[in-house]
Amino acid sequence: MTAPALPPRPRVRPGRLGLHAFLLTVSLAFLAPLLLAVYASLRPYEETAEHGYFSLPRHLSLDYYRQAFSDSGMSRYFANSLLIAVPGVLITLFLASFAAFALSRLRLRGATALLIVFTAGNLLPQQVIVTPLYVLFNRVPLPYWMSDSLTMYDSYWAVIVVHIGFQLGFCVFVLANYMRTLPMEILEAAVVDGAGVWTQYWRVTLPLCRPALAALGTLQFTWMYNDFLWALVFISTGDKLPITSALNNLRGQFFTDYNLLAAGSVLVALPTILVFFLLQRHFIAGLTLGAGKG
Amino acid sequence: MPSAIPRRARRRGPRRFTRRDLLVTGVLLGLPILLDLAVIWGPTLASVGLSFTSWDGIGDIEWVGGRNYHDLFTDYPPFWPAARNNLLWLAFLGLIATPFGLLLAVLLDRGVRFSRFYQSTLYMPVVLSLAIVGFIAQLILSRDQGALNAVLARDNPVDWLGDPDLNIWMILLAAGWRHTGYVMILYLAGLKSVDPSLKEAAAIDGAGARQTFFRVVLPTLRPVNVIVGVITVIEALRAFDIVYAVNQGRNGLELLSVLVTDNIIGEAARIGFGSAIAVVLLVVSLGFIVAYLVQEMRQGKVPGGDRETRRGKVPGKAQEKGEEERR
Repeated sequence: MTAPALPPRPRVRPGRLGLHAFLLTVSLAFLAPLLLAVYASLRPYEETAEHGYFSLPRHLSLDYYRQAFSDSGMSRYFANSLLIAVPGVLITLFLASFAAFALSRLRLRGATALLIVFTAGNLLPQQVIVTPLYVLFNRVPLPYWMSDSLTMYDSYWAVIVVHIGFQLGFCVFVLANYMRTLPMEILEAAVVDGAGVWTQYWRVTLPLCRPALAALGTLQFTWMYNDFLWALVFISTGDKLPITSALNNLRGQFFTDYNLLAAGSVLVALPTILVFFLLQRHFIAGLTLGAGKG
Repeated sequence: MPSAIPRRARRRGPRRFTRRDLLVTGVLLGLPILLDLAVIWGPTLASVGLSFTSWDGIGDIEWVGGRNYHDLFTDYPPFWPAARNNLLWLAFLGLIATPFGLLLAVLLDRGVRFSRFYQSTLYMPVVLSLAIVGFIAQLILSRDQGALNAVLARDNPVDWLGDPDLNIWMILLAAGWRHTGYVMILYLAGLKSVDPSLKEAAAIDGAGARQTFFRVVLPTLRPVNVIVGVITVIEALRAFDIVYAVNQGRNGLELLSVLVTDNIIGEAARIGFGSAIAVVLLVVSLGFIVAYLVQEMRQGKVPGGDRETRRGKVPGKAQEKGEEERR
């Protein structure tokens, strides 16, 4: 890449200029929708209705953000999202890392078959499993302190469990491949020292997997936060929806104020964009870790 | 799961696993397996079973054989448009968005200045949820206020999202916006792990840049090609959020996934029928999943615990190395 230690740059050729022009155009085209959303969210509806979105601003304000937060109760939906995504990511990573450890390091019979079962499961279309889960969750009773609907349906438990089950496949697959690149000697030394399975996993293997775990954690958080379908299907009480699914509430029955919707979209996108910029390296590593091996 | 029971070690004497080890392994490996079966594979089988019934979710479950499938193919008007749209989705992502992502990756891999800026910008849409992509699409494409009409057709506004012949293409553009960055980042990591001496050797042999790329570089990227192919197919089959956010998948934006959802959470729950649509999706995607896994197995990439991976370079690591160089 653009490492400073490169040999002196050849003088700028026209080809290079063309390349930059092309890349810059594409980049701007990719950015434009987001910038437009931000721009629209800062302007009152009357103004854009009259002059269109491509006009000069006469009036800029953060009113729509205030409105999205106060009138539409977005802070509650944000909290709901965290309530689903945080336990979801942590439990997924814990279960997946142990499964990956057992399947890649313990020399179990049938490890390959299990890996395939996990991996294939993650690739199924969600709609294939949605119906039976919907019926199932409606029939699983939960005590009141766990779910005020008294069933698993219309509770966070349903969404969290599905997230975990669905993402396990991806994480097991990635982590198993990652662990396989670690030198086996470390583990063998630990075994000689009398370490049990738990110690081999928790004290020896897991610390070495920190980069992979960071990458997967970032990626999984974004995916769970961005989920739209599961909450839509398994949660019926509007107040319990996570933010991505609740965005639909900003749309009126007969009239939609698109500027308000734009403000809502920007608010919802903000955490993922922040995560992306702060943890970009992990994020990309997470995707490519999964991709490298499949 | 009998397959998960540790077998006795061949090399390290009879007492490789203590009782505590067995307990830890049994519980902590059993839990994810159970969860996977309960949440993924059990429901998948149940979907297949239910697709042969006329269940409405409340009454008795009545076996109707292949009637749902018969009705689906002959007597359910939205089915073929939906299937057509899914195919279009696949074709668009596969023939336009994916090659475009590859092109961008190749250009960025040539060591242009500001490559980090380009990379981050092109990649940003990937972190957005598809629902947000749908909302942003409305902002740009709405008939009366949309930005596109403000530029192109001020006096004679085009209803980009309302016209059933047009809207699917607009949605595909939005989906491609997100897909391109994803593909780009995967190829970029792959390209970094290509041994530069390969390219040099090709150049010495007199190959042009294009020849080097198509004859030498691209074939070595086979693992990335495979995963990109799988992602493209799966995305096309799973597509749901964008159209649902735009208009709940009606009026030209029908998709198989939307039909499933409509049939199970609509007012008249036709669970048997909805399952039949889901099974169609399942069969198509299983075809690709199996092909993919066979390919992986043959390459020794999903081996059992004993075999080491053949592959020397880890793209993830190559990525990190690239990052370090940049710092």
